[in-house]
Amino acid sequence: MDDLDKLLINTLQNGFPICDSPYQRVATQLGLTEQELLGRLKALLANGTLTRFGPLYHAELMGGALTLAAVKVPTERFDQVTETINSFPEVAHNYARSHELNMWFVLATETPEQIQKTISAIEQKTGLTVHNMPKITEYFVNLKLEA
Amino acid sequence: MLEAKDRQLLEQIQQGLPVCSRPYFEIGRLCDMSEAEVIERLSRLKAQGLIKRLGVIVKHRQLGYRANAMVVWNVPDNLIKQLGGHISQFSFVTLCYQRPRQPGWPHNLYCMIHGKDKATVLQQIEQLVAACGLNNFDQEILFSRRCFKQRGAVYQKTKPALADG
Repeated sequence: MDDLDKLLINTLQNGFPICDSPYQRVATQLGLTEQELLGRLKALLANGTLTRFGPLYHAELMGGALTLAAVKVPTERFDQVTETINSFPEVAHNYARSHELNMWFVLATETPEQIQKTISAIEQKTGLTVHNMPKITEYFVNLKLEA
Repeated sequence: MLEAKDRQLLEQIQQGLPVCSRPYFEIGRLCDMSEAEVIERLSRLKAQGLIKRLGVIVKHRQLGYRANAMVVWNVPDNLIKQLGGHISQFSFVTLCYQRPRQPGWPHNLYCMIHGKDKATVLQQIEQLVAACGLNNFDQEILFSRRCFKQRGAVYQKTKPALADG
């Protein structure tokens, strides 16, 4: 990844035009030809530097639901519980964290009702209490990571 | 409610936009729509906020952001709006939420900080605490130790590709 790749990633994190020739427009902005931009973007996707070039949807506006949940997992059962929880397709991310509540995961479901159903199913399968912490308010953040 | 044609479009592009000169023409060809219709519909879905972002969606770890802290505070309810608004202004804060307190878990204000190393993230937290006047509130910092699963877009017929939690 050279400086131009970094500039490209940072620029394309700010959004992508919806018009006839969007790559041409971005290329002009970066001082590249459209072919150079397409070539670089393809290479970054092919080598795994970028995994997604596309949309991020608003789950709740699409009718779906999201929540953050946490579980206190006994150390000796950690791997087994990880496997059980990750086997649920509703689990979008799962992180081990440094706290008594040591497993934190995000559930994403097609409907709000499925959140509670999934939590109950996870509790039943693991025998552990799942703390459900749905968001009450989201404070707007302009997410951008410098490459 | 979403029109069937909007859904069809969202499903078509969920795995990614075509990387070619006329991507919206290409999408239209696959969905049996004109380029103009694709552009019109996607512009509207973006304006309505159903498409939250369009472009490069990065995974933190791939760009070397390996230190990921979830910082939580227990703040009085009457101050949370102001504090949340203030915290979210810092460029290193990647997410900021109010969530319900739980038995044994009194925290109600959450923020995520993704950084390249732990020392930097700890400094940023200090800076945040000082600037926002958070020092009098109970605080916990939960660094991630392992990431087990991070899926990107999964849109099973009617399911949205989701934002990072």
